[in-house]
Amino acid sequence: MAFESYVLVCGGTACVSGGGDSVVEMFKKELEAAGLAEKVQVVVTGCLGFCEQGPLVKILPQGTFYVQVKAEDVKEIVAEHLIKGRVVSRLCYDPDQAKKLVADANIPFYQKQYRVVLRNCGVIDPEKIEDYIARDGYKALEKVLFEMTPEQVVDEMLKSGLRGRGGAGFPTGMKWKFAMQQPKGQKYMVCNADEGDPGAYMDRSTLEGDPHSILEAMTIAGFAIGASKGYIYIRAEYPLAIQRLEIAIKQARDLGLLGEKILGSDFDFDIELRFGAGAFVCGEETALLQSIEGNRGMPKPRPPFPAVKGLWGCPTVINNVETLANIPVIINKGAEWFSKIGTETSKGTKVFALTGKVNNSGLIEVPMGTTLREIIFDIGGGIRGGHEFKAAQTGGPSGGIIPPQFLDTPIDYENLAKIGSIMGSGGLIVMDETDCVVDIAKFYLDFTVDESCGKCSPCRIGGRKLLNYLNKITDGRGVEDDIKQLEAISDAMCKASLCGLGQTAANPVKSTLRYFMDEYMAHIKDKKCPAGKCSKLISYVIEAEKCKGCTLCARKCPVNAITGTVKNPHVIDQSKCIKCGQCIASCKFGAIVVK
Amino acid sequence: MAKLTLEDLRKMREEKQKAMDMRDSANKNIQVIVGMGTCGIAAGAKDAFSALIDAINEKGLTNVLIRQTGCMGLCHSEPTVEVIMPEMPAIIYGNVDAATAKEIVEKHIVGHQLIDNKICDRPSIDIITNG
Repeated sequence: MAFESYVLVCGGTACVSGGGDSVVEMFKKELEAAGLAEKVQVVVTGCLGFCEQGPLVKILPQGTFYVQVKAEDVKEIVAEHLIKGRVVSRLCYDPDQAKKLVADANIPFYQKQYRVVLRNCGVIDPEKIEDYIARDGYKALEKVLFEMTPEQVVDEMLKSGLRGRGGAGFPTGMKWKFAMQQPKGQKYMVCNADEGDPGAYMDRSTLEGDPHSILEAMTIAGFAIGASKGYIYIRAEYPLAIQRLEIAIKQARDLGLLGEKILGSDFDFDIELRFGAGAFVCGEETALLQSIEGNRGMPKPRPPFPAVKGLWGCPTVINNVETLANIPVIINKGAEWFSKIGTETSKGTKVFALTGKVNNSGLIEVPMGTTLREIIFDIGGGIRGGHEFKAAQTGGPSGGIIPPQFLDTPIDYENLAKIGSIMGSGGLIVMDETDCVVDIAKFYLDFTVDESCGKCSPCRIGGRKLLNYLNKITDGRGVEDDIKQLEAISDAMCKASLCGLGQTAANPVKSTLRYFMDEYMAHIKDKKCPAGKCSKLISYVIEAEKCKGCTLCARKCPVNAITGTVKNPHVIDQSKCIKCGQCIASCKFGAIVVK
Repeated sequence: MAKLTLEDLRKMREEKQKAMDMRDSANKNIQVIVGMGTCGIAAGAKDAFSALIDAINEKGLTNVLIRQTGCMGLCHSEPTVEVIMPEMPAIIYGNVDAATAKEIVEKHIVGHQLIDNKICDRPSIDIITNG
């Protein structure tokens, strides 16, 4: 016996603390009283993601969405909605007083997310080409091959306003146009799947969840620029993505969607995989091409740009995975449809890998122009453990840090650049007050110093120098003059480095200096780390009045730095303490603090 | 497999679309879709997958189709399992371990009940079907 309706009550942290529990109890009571206990099931769910409007209630199968529901509202919902079938409009969210209240949870307004790139991820079986075809797969290729000229395809790309999702945001249509205008002959289409930013996994998920969309997009691009050969440059660290791409390529070849005379047309195109060994610099396009050619992955000066002189000296277009995933949709639904999504200068959506100190970490896709607040608090469910939002980091090691005053800035390429960060490939790391920004800058510098190819000296030497100064500051040996040095080296690296890696490597330093100078000063002048992260600047102290003398911490301490007798307050010997934190974790009385 | 012509591809798309619709209603078939991206697998999707198969076999259900898919984006709730069946709203369950997988078969599929504390919200509407 199936239930007729289901009442879903959000069990997310915010909703529960807002009284969600009593709403559940009240529903059960009222349904029992109305004799509906057999017909309506009440269920507690995971976070429904509209936390600021909680407690949230969703009624299925209609999908009606009620906000700010209190226990006293339940009786009305049961009597009106569940018995009479009428929506209780006063509990529906009113986005704008002038507009009608919206009750249907399936309309885009509630769904802060909008999935263009990830349209098939989590829906189709990525190892079945039929699943992709059923969801309009290879329909764009049909249209391009039989109804459009290469010029029209490029024109459509230009009109759509699509910009490269790999980081720099160069208009995709322009890239294609340059390559198309080159004289006929051997040209190449390359997909950059060398996703290397720490904490970013958008491209991996797209390739694993919807490999055919990339193959289709590359074939379309090949048709537009006049290339007959494509390469996907993917990290060898992505075995599942590689496996699914290999399956997809085989299926497409078997069905004649890759190879000679595709779908009976005159167009030939084939794709091969090339594996990267995990060097971060190979995400830079000229280094990537070197690596495909079998050389050591090192960047070259531009111009000539790859669109003119790329792989083996031939015109080559390089597009990132996410950029490509947009293309079949743009062809199918038209440039105009696409250009309506997003902001004035940045069209479409952006996929972010939302990680860090956020409740609902995950892979999200939002229209350009969504604010950081919507991403972190509505979709991400807020900061984990009730901590304070301190900053968000976008663009990985090439990006910057965004402080709380920009939470309501609409995110697009221009706005992010203005506040000292970059869109990057889409890593979005959320930090709370226990994260030290100097330590974060150090983390990223450590990464780029490690990944610098060493070809140009601003990056090779500058990065190392920056890291040395940061180490000095976090060790408590910093002097005020170090700040000037950091600024000067950052500027020089930015101006003089050969490729994007070096030009942007100082961004984490520059943006933390810009917004968190006081925190640098606390490290330098007061020799304190306000976040309690930098181990040389903090000490663990036992508060004598709270210590019960249980001896547990002394037994846990790996270096025997804690002394004391049973039932008497213990003491930490600062000269021995290695600040591993084991004592804090073991103390049951909260007697050990970081100072 | 023979190479497709344009007509073949269109026919295939139409047939497959029909087949997908049929699965949802007329055939009264039940689809259980397991998120098997790297994230899902790392969180234990393979255990959930085999537990689902065991439970379905144990109950002797022949009308259930188990499929895999990529990442739904709900990384905080991996592994995820979506159940689409007649007379029930389509539901996504998160944090599905072997025990929850068993519950999904016994309570949701056989008993037509939703399972407490495991439901996740669908992240977004479908642009393919919603224009």
